[in-house]
Amino acid sequence: MDRILYELTESVRIAMAQVRANKMRSALTGLGVIIGIVAVTLMGTAIRGIDIGFNKSLAMLGDDIVYVQKWPWGNVEDWWNYVDRPPMKPEDAVALNRIFDGTVNSQLQLAVFSDARQIAVKAGGESVSGVYTTGANADFSQILVADFEEGRMYTATESDAARQVCVLGFDVAHALFPGRSAVNQTVIVQGQPFTVIGVLVKQGSFLGLFSMDNQMIVPLGAYRKYFGIRDDNTQIQVKVKDKLKLQEAREELTGALRRVRGLAPGERDNFSLNGGDGFKKQLDPIKQGIAFAGLFITGLSLFVGAIGIMNITFVSVRERTKEIGTRKALGARRRTILLQFLIEAVSICAAGGVVGLGVTYGLCLGVKTAMPSFPLEFSVSLVATSMIVAIATGIISGFVPALGASRLDPVVALRYE
Amino acid sequence: MTPPAPVESRTVRPVGPLVISIEGVTKLYHMGDETIHALRGVSLEIHRNEYLAIMGPSGSGKSTLMNMLGCLDTPTSGKYEFSGQNVASMVDDELADIRNREIGFVFQTFNLLARSDALKNVELPLIYAGLPPQVRHERATAALESVGLGNRVHHKPNELSGGQRQRVAIARALVNRPSIILADEPTGNLDSKTGVEIMELFEDLYEKGNTLIVVTHEESIARHARRIIRLRDGLIESDGPVD
Ligand SMILES: Nc1ncnc2c1ncn2[C@@H]1O[C@H](COP(=O)(O)OP(=O)(O)OP(=O)(O)O)[C@@H](O)[C@H]1O
Ligand SMILES: [Mg+2]
Repeated sequence: MDRILYELTESVRIAMAQVRANKMRSALTGLGVIIGIVAVTLMGTAIRGIDIGFNKSLAMLGDDIVYVQKWPWGNVEDWWNYVDRPPMKPEDAVALNRIFDGTVNSQLQLAVFSDARQIAVKAGGESVSGVYTTGANADFSQILVADFEEGRMYTATESDAARQVCVLGFDVAHALFPGRSAVNQTVIVQGQPFTVIGVLVKQGSFLGLFSMDNQMIVPLGAYRKYFGIRDDNTQIQVKVKDKLKLQEAREELTGALRRVRGLAPGERDNFSLNGGDGFKKQLDPIKQGIAFAGLFITGLSLFVGAIGIMNITFVSVRERTKEIGTRKALGARRRTILLQFLIEAVSICAAGGVVGLGVTYGLCLGVKTAMPSFPLEFSVSLVATSMIVAIATGIISGFVPALGASRLDPVVALRYE
Repeated sequence: MTPPAPVESRTVRPVGPLVISIEGVTKLYHMGDETIHALRGVSLEIHRNEYLAIMGPSGSGKSTLMNMLGCLDTPTSGKYEFSGQNVASMVDDELADIRNREIGFVFQTFNLLARSDALKNVELPLIYAGLPPQVRHERATAALESVGLGNRVHHKPNELSGGQRQRVAIARALVNRPSIILADEPTGNLDSKTGVEIMELFEDLYEKGNTLIVVTHEESIARHARRIIRLRDGLIESDGPVD
């Protein structure tokens, strides 16, 4: 047992001396591995970054909210299957809530009807266009993910009376009333005055696509009266009691909706249950694309790197044939010689892996400072993966020449000039 | 080269137990269609405490025999027993272990590892023997001292003279206390004065109880030994004490 340990230490020492003695050669050989590792780690950081960014965005949607809509999220090719579906109606939400209340151990807490559209909002001389305006009753506060920076949500009384009050997103409030409080101020929406009663905290953008801070929430009655409800766009947001039992909740919700819609057992659902996990599926092809391209580049450069390592190990074996003969004469077993050259190949690859990781780390830092929102995320598992890949490359590419070295006939090796 | 001391004045140590016994050993090399008979049936016994020279013209099979005796090679046919073990049937790693424990090699071209210092070179057989670092260090240092290189322990081969290099190689051959020391033309790459010094070192080793086999084609070198075997065309031509 000790013997293997001593042989290993000796092999590592020899390998280090060998790499040190052939710095340039080893560096050039390691280049392929370095590029491969940079590719694999960049790919990893990008995919991880996308995941993290995406999960942050999902949290904005509320991970305990199911969106019931006429259309499913994402691209629809068979639009004719959806176009004739009935729209979501406020009465549906009322009926749903009645069912939830009447169900023992219901996983569903609350259904809230809403409609939304983009409208310009003005105050004084300022105007903000394309504000995402939601019309919903006071229950919507339970759906709302964001906290209030200032003020409050409208009450059920205010909502039921269709009072002209509104809650503003952070950006809208600060654009219309720069440097002062928006609460109790009046904004003009399509010629109608609305009193600001609350401002939400800053939330950021959803997937970098649209800002969650460019929004406004008004009582449903006022919304219907002044902006009108467009049937195609309405939705019912359903809050789930336990987000870990989302699947169960969705099944219960499907059943409840079918009852509300009066669907016969054979009939197909005429509504879509949307949510963050649906978005996730949308994102998979993008991630797969990155992974595929990354794997291709990684594979290619590691392949080239591996060939380089193999070649250099062959050269090393040839250069040191006489040394191999001598070592064998002194009692080195096959295993010893095999290990020696394998460790040499692995050292070069491992060094390439470390350098590659360093390069990636540097790149990530650079990108982070230049574009803070760009999704790159360095991780421990990434370091482990790339070191394993680098070492495996060393073992695979060094094995054939090392095996050849270990099997050399000592007499032939000693004669070699 | 100065002639060795007269035979009468030298000690001939009583021989010990049988170490090597070969019988009817042949070695064939195939070169394309041609078959080369490097050894054509060699029989020979070597005991502990012998000092043997193997002589013969170039191509007579000296090195081939030497490799065979040193367990670097196995015979094409014939019997080879080393301390009663049948070597002819051993596999690579078993031969490696025998070489490590029982045989010390001294090569014409020294064969030191260029990037390792004298000490590391001498430690090598001890690493393969699985000895811990302190023991290796002690024994390698002692071996270097015994060949008069106590003050060159940390010199690399290229910082040593030819004679000193061969002394390092001899220390390396000695360090694992082998049953026999095999030297193939140990003075072949040295000037005659240095050659004599190396042969004096061998004499010293013999006096201390080592078993030596030296291959040479120089009569003056061979006469340092106590027994000379002369090869010709792969056969033993004569085998007897130095007269
Ligand atoms: N690996 C080999 N392949 C083919 N022929 C070989 C091989 N090794 C030795 N021979 C042949 O075997 C014969 C004996 O060779 P060997 O090396 O034993 O001679 P030698 O007595 O040591 O000669 P020298 O004094 O020149 O070293 C020679 O004819 C040589 O050409
Ligand atoms: Mg020879």
